[in-house]
Amino acid sequence: MISIDGLGKTYAGGLVALNNINLEISRGEIFALLGPNGAGKTTLINIVCGIVNGTSGQVLVDGYDTRSDFRVTRAMIGLVPQELPTESFVTVWNSMKFSRGLFGKPANPEHLEKVLKSLSLWDRKDTISMELSGGMKRRSLIAKALAHEPEVLFLDEPTAGVDVELRQDMWNLVADLRDKGVTVILTTHYIEEAERLADRVGVINRGEIILVEDKDKLMRELGKKQLSLHLHEPLAEVPSQLAGYRLELSEDHRKLIYTYDAQQNRTGITALLSELDAANVRFNDLETSQTSLEDIFVDLVNKNR
Amino acid sequence: MNYHAIKAIYRYEMARMFRTVVQSIIAPVLSTSLYFVIFGAAIGSRIAEIDGVSYGAFIVPGLIMLSIMTESISNSSFAIYFPKFTGTIFELLSAPVSYREVLLGYVGAAATKSVIIGAIILFTASFFVDIEIAHPFIMVAFLLLTCVSFCLFGFILGIWATGWEKLTIVPTLIIMPLTFLGGTFYSISMLPPVWQTISLFNPVVYLISGFRWSFYENADVSVVLSLGATIGFLLACLLVVRWIFKTGYRLRS
Repeated sequence: MISIDGLGKTYAGGLVALNNINLEISRGEIFALLGPNGAGKTTLINIVCGIVNGTSGQVLVDGYDTRSDFRVTRAMIGLVPQELPTESFVTVWNSMKFSRGLFGKPANPEHLEKVLKSLSLWDRKDTISMELSGGMKRRSLIAKALAHEPEVLFLDEPTAGVDVELRQDMWNLVADLRDKGVTVILTTHYIEEAERLADRVGVINRGEIILVEDKDKLMRELGKKQLSLHLHEPLAEVPSQLAGYRLELSEDHRKLIYTYDAQQNRTGITALLSELDAANVRFNDLETSQTSLEDIFVDLVNKNR
Repeated sequence: MNYHAIKAIYRYEMARMFRTVVQSIIAPVLSTSLYFVIFGAAIGSRIAEIDGVSYGAFIVPGLIMLSIMTESISNSSFAIYFPKFTGTIFELLSAPVSYREVLLGYVGAAATKSVIIGAIILFTASFFVDIEIAHPFIMVAFLLLTCVSFCLFGFILGIWATGWEKLTIVPTLIIMPLTFLGGTFYSISMLPPVWQTISLFNPVVYLISGFRWSFYENADVSVVLSLGATIGFLLACLLVVRWIFKTGYRLRS
């Protein structure tokens, strides 16, 4: 659906915002673009949407060039920006009508009504923007972006500064859009959001894509699983007969941590427990934990510094 | 051509005018009426006829021009500057529209407002003085050309402005003095020869002169020259707007 080839952006002041970005996003997938502040996420989105001109490279949307065929590509795209820019004195309904017309679609009150209802905004349709709360403004921007029935939706930090309930609503909305075949590209600081929603994850840092991977595969390949044993008595060091296991002792010497690959048939847990018993190491509790996408992301970005 | 976009922008902008009807229509009509009272009735009664036209009637075309020029600049500059200021410009920049549709929407709406204001002022003036329009079609042509040209100029100003001060500095410090010195309240022929020559460098002289000719067949400069200058200004503004959209000047980084 979206094909980005050798995209670069250098601002007038010499700042290189994007450097040779290559990315393919399939129709109907949810792609999460992760990256620290200033990594180039918003610049990348803005170039695809036509708000910023790229310095080099090409962007195709459904096979159409975003520059030479901008009428076709832009009509397919909806954008929810990171900030909350709204016309203070315009009602939600009129603002949506404007958006739909601007993107070349004839009036369709039924569609607008459906979108507003799906965003729990129907009872606020005659409210002017300045009287909406921050969360409601965010919803109204999503409604505007969906007014022209886009095939691709960019959500730039969609849940920044919104409450838990609205975040859950947004997640449900994204899931609905996926079911309808809409391609969703979201940037987020909430890794949990990407972990929950995305089919694929891309990590951008200092204007370069450092990783694009299927989310589940990424979690499998880079994710680690750990077994933590809460010791009955603190240990001075890991017993020598357990040296063959990847064991670490916590700083307070009260926890033994075993890292293993959960994808393997033999995790070594049974053998480890037998060895611990033989070594007379007693424990009174145990727990397992899995590396989150956040851990993977932080690790990747740190390595790329 | 994205006709839905033109319609959407046009209606959106016209709706803004009706939301701010006091500021958009009543304020310019009131201030022009005050000009009639002060210059037409109070001072004008002591001034002799100019080229066979009473002073009150003589200033009508100039006052209409003064109003539509300032209103055209103000309306269109605000229309494009405000989305830049609030950040809602992102929607216009990401929409499938070319500069033609953007212009037809924004400049079309701003010019419509100016024509409405011009018509209301003309109607208001008819209560104060007897007005005859010798060449109504040419009058309408001058009115439309001036509205569209100055709306285009205001549009350029709105894109160029990076703050509220810049937005008001050109109308206040350049356009307003040029209009007052362009023959709104007097005929250029009433000035000493040196100032007559200097006045010919003021582009507003040509607009007011041509417009006044369409009323009373009195002109400071040739009507053809006036029409040519107005069309020239219009084309220059169009070229600048085209360049702005082509390069993304102060719109797309």
